[in-house]
Amino acid sequence: MWKFVVRRILIMIPQLVVLSVLVFILAKVMPGDALSGLVETPGVDSSTIEDMRTNLGINDPVHVQYLNWIKGLSQGDLGTSYIHQRPVLELLEARLWNTVYLSAAILFLTYLIAIPLGITAGRFHDSLVDKLIVGYNYVTYATPLFIFALLMLFVFGFQLQWFPTGGSTDINLEPETFSYYMDKIYHLLLPALSGALLATVGTIQYLRNEIIDTKMKDFIKTAKSKGVPEAKIYSHHILRNSFLPIAAFLGYEITGLITGSIFLESIFSYPGIGQLFLQSISQRDFSVVTALVMVTGVATLIGTLLSDIILSLVDPRIRVE
Amino acid sequence: MSVESSTSAEIPSNKLTGLKIMFNEFKKDKLAVASVIILLIIFISVFAGALILDQEEVVRVDLFSIYSPPTSEHLLGTDYGGRDILGQLIIGAKNSIIIGFVITVITGVFGFAVGLVSGYFGGMIDNIIMRIIDFIMILPFLMLVIVFITLIPKFNIVTFIMIMSAFLWVSNARLIRAKTLAEKELDYVSASKMLGASNIRIMYREILPNLTSIIIVNLTLSFAGNIGIESGLSFLGFGLPESTPSLGTLIGYSTNPEVLQGMWWIWLPPSLLILIMMLSINFIGQALKRSGDARQRLG
Repeated sequence: MWKFVVRRILIMIPQLVVLSVLVFILAKVMPGDALSGLVETPGVDSSTIEDMRTNLGINDPVHVQYLNWIKGLSQGDLGTSYIHQRPVLELLEARLWNTVYLSAAILFLTYLIAIPLGITAGRFHDSLVDKLIVGYNYVTYATPLFIFALLMLFVFGFQLQWFPTGGSTDINLEPETFSYYMDKIYHLLLPALSGALLATVGTIQYLRNEIIDTKMKDFIKTAKSKGVPEAKIYSHHILRNSFLPIAAFLGYEITGLITGSIFLESIFSYPGIGQLFLQSISQRDFSVVTALVMVTGVATLIGTLLSDIILSLVDPRIRVE
Repeated sequence: MSVESSTSAEIPSNKLTGLKIMFNEFKKDKLAVASVIILLIIFISVFAGALILDQEEVVRVDLFSIYSPPTSEHLLGTDYGGRDILGQLIIGAKNSIIIGFVITVITGVFGFAVGLVSGYFGGMIDNIIMRIIDFIMILPFLMLVIVFITLIPKFNIVTFIMIMSAFLWVSNARLIRAKTLAEKELDYVSASKMLGASNIRIMYREILPNLTSIIIVNLTLSFAGNIGIESGLSFLGFGLPESTPSLGTLIGYSTNPEVLQGMWWIWLPPSLLILIMMLSINFIGQALKRSGDARQRLG
């Protein structure tokens, strides 16, 4: 077991190095630097800018810059945003929590919808309900998130006006009060629901297949002939086996959630890191862009690592490979 | 001599049966057949329309008819530059379909070749290739594509396709590798090896044909996916340049709340068109998947 965990972590180290080199190269290739905006400023002559460049370490050799950058990263220094004139970390912290809330809400709603549907489809497979659920799966699998989210916003936000059409909270509300938190949840609901309704495919399909496979097995037949009630067979014998991998898949969801947050946050003008990324890239605020790519890359790496380890705990066959 | 001729006559018919069964099965799925018809109608009208329309004419700004609702002159109204939506819809659909198709072909050919080599030879080659694939899979795909698109100075359709393909071949390679690993353990491969067939011949003439149905299904599904990714990027403003409209560009106008709320004719038709195309292609893909899999045949 430990051999697998150690090996899996060892695989991650070169990935981390290559990722950081790639992001660093990207940052270097990006046009302009921290100070190119000042070139046109009256009263700032080119020698002053050159001095500032040297002070910032932009004129150092590349490998020194890389090592300094890594050193900064490990201490939580993600650079400074030149548009906002603030450390990227500060900028990120405020937005990151919004994205975390959104992602958590999406995951919660996904499981809330997918688990009952998956169980129903598996338990009554080939029935009309099952066919409806499979049909829902086909449609949501094929629908692009941005179109679905737009339609949701148009119908429930603008036409029916059931939900707010943008932002993460009402600015008139006092923070830290009950109504403030309720309002935050209210703003989350529509984007989260749009994401969740399309994200259920994997879980429904997995649960349905698992249940259909398991309920044909001998130990279920034995339980049935012993007279164990149907409900107990499902809760104690079938679902217990199927739920653990679902929990383990969580880490793999991170990539999808980040991609989703870029679309959802831009459509619902929700102030999270997806929106920050799009804004920064159109303002050419590339220190924020590189920091975001690096942070999400590391998050994905850690997510897959955790999922792989949890899965290997649950299913010993994986460890052999 | 007679033995020779009889075997060579039998081989082509044997080869066909797998695909033939698949397509016979496919015909039984009414939803899939309907999807084929809908898709054909869309493709024919888009490409015929694009032949008649002049792209220059469509993207020319006309300040006298800005945000015009649907009229007899502009059947689907106009956008903020007074440009005809229907014309842009047709040209955009053409661009999206072609780009989705080209990306599918490039990622297919490259991904399948890499997967085949990796799975067939195994060992060191397989290890190296799989590490590279694993690495590309953990990269934040959408963010990196957007970064590349903003960085590249001469950004056009060709570079767009290259950037997308650089990331999207990996899933194809993974799939074919896994299938090749299983396939190469079978007796016919060892028999061919013993008879002295070259590796290239075994890979491309013997293993690959046995994976045809998987490849067709995979290409169909990724075609739909690629149209979705391309229009999604264009929607965010990081796809095709505005001079080559895509369906996503048209939907992107809806980021202006006034357009989303009051001018349905700009964003709704392209959204529905993408939705219908993706649903149809996916239905076809799923039906092909079922008919390729003996356990799921409708009988």
